[in-house]
Amino acid sequence: MELEKLRHGTELIKRGFAKMQKGGVIMDVTTPEEARIAEEAGAVAVMALHAVPSDIRKEGGVARMADPQVTADIIASVTIPVMAKARIGHFVEAEILQALGSDMIDESEVLTPADEEFHIDKTQFTVPFVCGARNLGEALRRINEGAAMIRTKGEAGTGDVREAVRHMKQILGEIRTLQGMTKEELIMAARDIEAPIELVMETAQMQRLPVVNFAAGGIATPADAALMMRLGADGVFVGSGIFKAEKPEVMAKAIVEAVNNYNNPEVLAEVSKGIGAGMKGISVDSIPEDQVLQTRGW
Amino acid sequence: MRIGVIAIQGDVSEHVESLERALAERGATAEIVTIKHKGIVPTCDGLVFPGGESTTLGRLILREGIDVEIKDAKEKGIPIMGTCAGLILTAKAGDSQVEKTHQHLLGLMDIKVNRNAFGRQFESFEIGLDISFLDSPYNAVFIRAPAITEAGEGVKVLASIDGKIVAAEQDNVLAFAFHPELTDDMRVHQYFLDKLFN
Repeated sequence: MELEKLRHGTELIKRGFAKMQKGGVIMDVTTPEEARIAEEAGAVAVMALHAVPSDIRKEGGVARMADPQVTADIIASVTIPVMAKARIGHFVEAEILQALGSDMIDESEVLTPADEEFHIDKTQFTVPFVCGARNLGEALRRINEGAAMIRTKGEAGTGDVREAVRHMKQILGEIRTLQGMTKEELIMAARDIEAPIELVMETAQMQRLPVVNFAAGGIATPADAALMMRLGADGVFVGSGIFKAEKPEVMAKAIVEAVNNYNNPEVLAEVSKGIGAGMKGISVDSIPEDQVLQTRGW
Repeated sequence: MRIGVIAIQGDVSEHVESLERALAERGATAEIVTIKHKGIVPTCDGLVFPGGESTTLGRLILREGIDVEIKDAKEKGIPIMGTCAGLILTAKAGDSQVEKTHQHLLGLMDIKVNRNAFGRQFESFEIGLDISFLDSPYNAVFIRAPAITEAGEGVKVLASIDGKIVAAEQDNVLAFAFHPELTDDMRVHQYFLDKLFN
């Protein structure tokens, strides 16, 4: 077999990687120890960052990609895939994360955007990207830029699930409205939501996003995770919800169980017992407008 | 005829769709069920292990109590196909990475596996692969793929890349390091269905 015939970084490989995460929980971690706890609990991947979103909120200042040394240490400490966050538009941070061996890059609104006009051209990378979205137009624009996976933005670091619910229902609702449209109606719909017509037509035909669609932003309990699965998420990201909980190991395991049993209230009741307090959280409507994260990116 | 797809985590719907398509191609019918809990495996005539994260899958199969049922199905001669993470779970032994995480292996085949034999996602690849039971190359998609490093005498090697075994068969168990469920070419699924229908 001639090894030069290997093709790397194709769309099939990028989207395929995301598909392997389906039905799983991806957990935010800031140290190798946390990464090992996540792996032991049954996480399908971990997301390396320098502080969990609720701490980023508290700290203020500019939030950047995590220390490359810490990211490298996390990569060395687990066998599951390691994802890492880059600032919106910061393609050099993304290149560094790819060079470190990150398996997927999250171009994330949780960090301070580096470009207020352009997102990263994700087609230029060999590793796949995940991006946040609040509605179908935003999701398809990201896919058009090369994103291989979409997640709701929700409102990270709050422990308040309402924005993730809103965004998931918004995206899936918009997809349903495309059903049965004629080609000329789809062209108008594409113009309305500022998305490429090809992707709108593909989405209308498949009746789902052309890539894997996860829930993220405010998921703090097993019930929250199950709720997002019931609403149609392919899987969930949990940020501050694990390591800001009273008992992270127990909470991590309970959320994994909840995602695997999201349709079974008896099991959900069982796994939700005696797991200690969830993260404290802040209600989304108490956040000053300039501290809202979901409006970053467009 | 009933085919079960282990649905704890991973690309389950892709396997279900591939099986439906492959069945339609051969004009056959079978019920396809997804399996999350114990009790269903013993009712199936064929089993598929999808791709996903093997560390996670292994843990959850143990937690749900499906592992014993799968071993029983193997003993009964039920055709079983594992892809990628599924290949790892069929193995008897693993490399240091597999051992480090106390990966739960089912030991359905006399093989030793290397969990990420081709590297991380950056090195994931597609290739036109020669498979012994096919007369032309198969576009095989390898994602953080494993490989078989040692195979016992009863194991038939079906494909290799650069000396690494990426497809093998032993008795009623088939293992592929790549993802036949991600492409439109149904020939690998057909090979599995041959075991069920012939």
